[in-house]
Amino acid sequence: MSSRTIYYKSVFDVSKEELLAPGHGLCGGCTAGTIAKLLLKVAGPNTIIVNPTGCLEVSTTTFPYTSWRVPYIHVAFENAAAVASGIEAAIKVLQRKNVIDPNKRINIIAIGGDGGTADIGFQALSGMLERGHKVMYVLYDNEAYMNTGIQRSGTTPLLAWTTTTPVGKVLKGKIQIKKPIAEIVAAHKVPYVATANPAHFLDMMNKFRRGLEVEGPSFIHVIQPCTTGWRFDPRIGIKLARLATETAMWINWELDHGEFRVTVTVPKRKHVKHYIRAQGRFNHLTDDDIEIIQKYVDKEVERINKLVGKEVIGPVVE
Amino acid sequence: MRDANEMWKRIPLNSNYAAAYGAKDSDVDVVAAYPITPQTPVVERIADFIANGELNAEMIHVESEHSAMSACIGAASAGARTFTATSAQGLELMHELLHIASGLRLPIVMTIASRALSAPLSIWGDYSDVINVRDTSWIILIASSAQEVYDSVIQAYKIAEDPDVLLPVMVTYDGFMMSHTYEPVYVANNSEIFKDYIPKKRSWTVLDVEKPITMGAVANPDWYYEFKYQQVVAMEKSYDAIKNADKEFGKRYGRSYGIIETYNLDGSKIGVLTYGGLFGTVMEAIDYMNKEGIKVTGIRLRLFRPFPSNDIKEFLKDLKTLIVIDRAISFGAPIEGPIAMEISALAYRESIDIPIYSYIASVGQRTTTEEDIIGIVKDAISLFERGKRVTKSIYWGVRQ
Amino acid sequence: MNNKRLLGWKSIPLGGSIVEPGNSVQRPTGDWRVFKPIINQDKCVRCLLCWVYCPEPSIYIIDKPYRTSTGREWKFSVEVDYNFCKGCGICVEECPVKAIDFVEEVR
Repeated sequence: MSSRTIYYKSVFDVSKEELLAPGHGLCGGCTAGTIAKLLLKVAGPNTIIVNPTGCLEVSTTTFPYTSWRVPYIHVAFENAAAVASGIEAAIKVLQRKNVIDPNKRINIIAIGGDGGTADIGFQALSGMLERGHKVMYVLYDNEAYMNTGIQRSGTTPLLAWTTTTPVGKVLKGKIQIKKPIAEIVAAHKVPYVATANPAHFLDMMNKFRRGLEVEGPSFIHVIQPCTTGWRFDPRIGIKLARLATETAMWINWELDHGEFRVTVTVPKRKHVKHYIRAQGRFNHLTDDDIEIIQKYVDKEVERINKLVGKEVIGPVVE
Repeated sequence: MRDANEMWKRIPLNSNYAAAYGAKDSDVDVVAAYPITPQTPVVERIADFIANGELNAEMIHVESEHSAMSACIGAASAGARTFTATSAQGLELMHELLHIASGLRLPIVMTIASRALSAPLSIWGDYSDVINVRDTSWIILIASSAQEVYDSVIQAYKIAEDPDVLLPVMVTYDGFMMSHTYEPVYVANNSEIFKDYIPKKRSWTVLDVEKPITMGAVANPDWYYEFKYQQVVAMEKSYDAIKNADKEFGKRYGRSYGIIETYNLDGSKIGVLTYGGLFGTVMEAIDYMNKEGIKVTGIRLRLFRPFPSNDIKEFLKDLKTLIVIDRAISFGAPIEGPIAMEISALAYRESIDIPIYSYIASVGQRTTTEEDIIGIVKDAISLFERGKRVTKSIYWGVRQ
Repeated sequence: MNNKRLLGWKSIPLGGSIVEPGNSVQRPTGDWRVFKPIINQDKCVRCLLCWVYCPEPSIYIIDKPYRTSTGREWKFSVEVDYNFCKGCGICVEECPVKAIDFVEEVR
């Protein structure tokens, strides 16, 4: 097994250049701001951002103000990957024709929410992956259509409350499981797919950097706790993200040219109730419901450990 | 017309291939298109050009028309000269992006092999797809020969990239009747001859790491209106840009088409107006009727958006009656022939009070011959001579 | 709400483009706060985690040397930009030495 180059080893490796400007309208404590900010620190100023409609887009680009200090385009809800494909092809041919300096390395990053990526944007994403464009797609997953007011999406987890999967007398929350979008992307056999967590920011930034390096499409699925939609005190946004990994409800892995690794190991796991009971959207869950979820997670942990070939995620100890 | 051997070679092309040659000779940078009958040969021929090294462009084999227009918007926003092509269902699938492309003021050029809209499914030609997108703020040209398609695609880049315009342009032609029938077309021996006519300036607002801008922002009620008004002004200004592009093309290359085309202007007070390839049939019918002593003037609408009000107005002033043959239906409208409705509105606005007869024909490529055109004209003339104004569109040839 | 003057169609860029990068700094969001984070420069060990996690960002590393009461010399400091801090409290929660106080703001 080859070793990967770790570029970001400590917080002092993080660039001080701020390419995301404050003054945007993201909710106070929205971890999407953290993710976008750190993404831009990895990518640098030679970056073009493509952003579908969503929380990040409407909060950061309300005419006449923008929070972006890099070139940025928003086109529609479901086509970030297609627009990014067009930009990538244009830059390629313009560099070939010497209209743009061919030695300049320009990163093309599409950053979209779960709606614009896994649901309505899925077709464009799949097409872009199949065609092999050199675009990094970052999915900030807040597990619902948050921008329009917390409606369920394909990545909403089982039993979560949303306005379209409300808790009533007959139905209580979402009845389907979370769409495994990162695995679906991995099935496209692209060079680099990874899941990441802003609480583990060095791991996340290393994955951003790797994604930008590879010759071809890359996809980074980042968990993005949403204080407004998941119903928690904004101050625990990062803590909750960390809990997601500590309970193995969110596993940080990467698939790099076919090599699978779990990059944040969890030798001693926490029971999922620590993660679930911290969020208002799961208020209606009974202890039995939580046990069902725990069993799902246990099975998933078993599968991952088998894939890796050793126990990277340990047993529940608290 | 210049010598076939000097600047041009004369080859048999259908309108689809003419469109592909037009894109090639405009030195497009990015093509993103999805195949759909009857446009498919356009995409295939461009793929050939690129595979043979005749065109230095990136072709994005998108997975749908929605992604085709999305990729074109992306490529144009990066400063590339972009091209795409589609028909009917594809045009409808990319509909929201048509508004976005014009709203973002990107000079994209698209050819449409006009085809009837589903349902029921029809692959055959009519103009329902083009009529359906008239409010998208695209400039729309309707060609009636393969030569005109080739020339108009090249003119389209001059119009679209004009800094006073910066609106995307559609060049449309009949599905099947034109897209798949061969005509002799003069194409450039060397596309360098167009380099001065359509220089690559990349002068519109582009995504540039040296000058970072944000495109596609949210405009709340305090701002949206002014952006739309910018488009209104651009549409108005585009009329001159279109006229001048065609004039300059004529000066440099010996062919021009004008805003409208007329046929048989000798003293006739009866006009027949239509658009696209059907005009050829109309011209044949006019010749035939001339022999019978019925004098009719033919008018072909080449520019659809912006609507050439001044040119049409000048004609209406000299006519006693106008017969408009539409190849699309605007269901439930006061006049269901869309062009007939627009001309009626124009006539009213200019206080020109002549009877305008709206006929619907050749819908879904229902065969329409010279006999049909003669029938339509005679039918209209009989109504006119009896002083009868018809307030609804007449559906020629529909079986009851 | 926009503080910019409402300009006419001739004075704004075409198609809704914004040509001043990062000009959202002209729209302060500090008035969103209910609670205010106050970094205790004496306790702060300059781990920079608050700077990393701040979503605005409204925490900056500044070239301000500081000598703590126990004699520790720092070459730089970390400060909150109260023009933009929305008072989310992530910095308060993540600080490993609990050097940030979270006090209710009285206006």
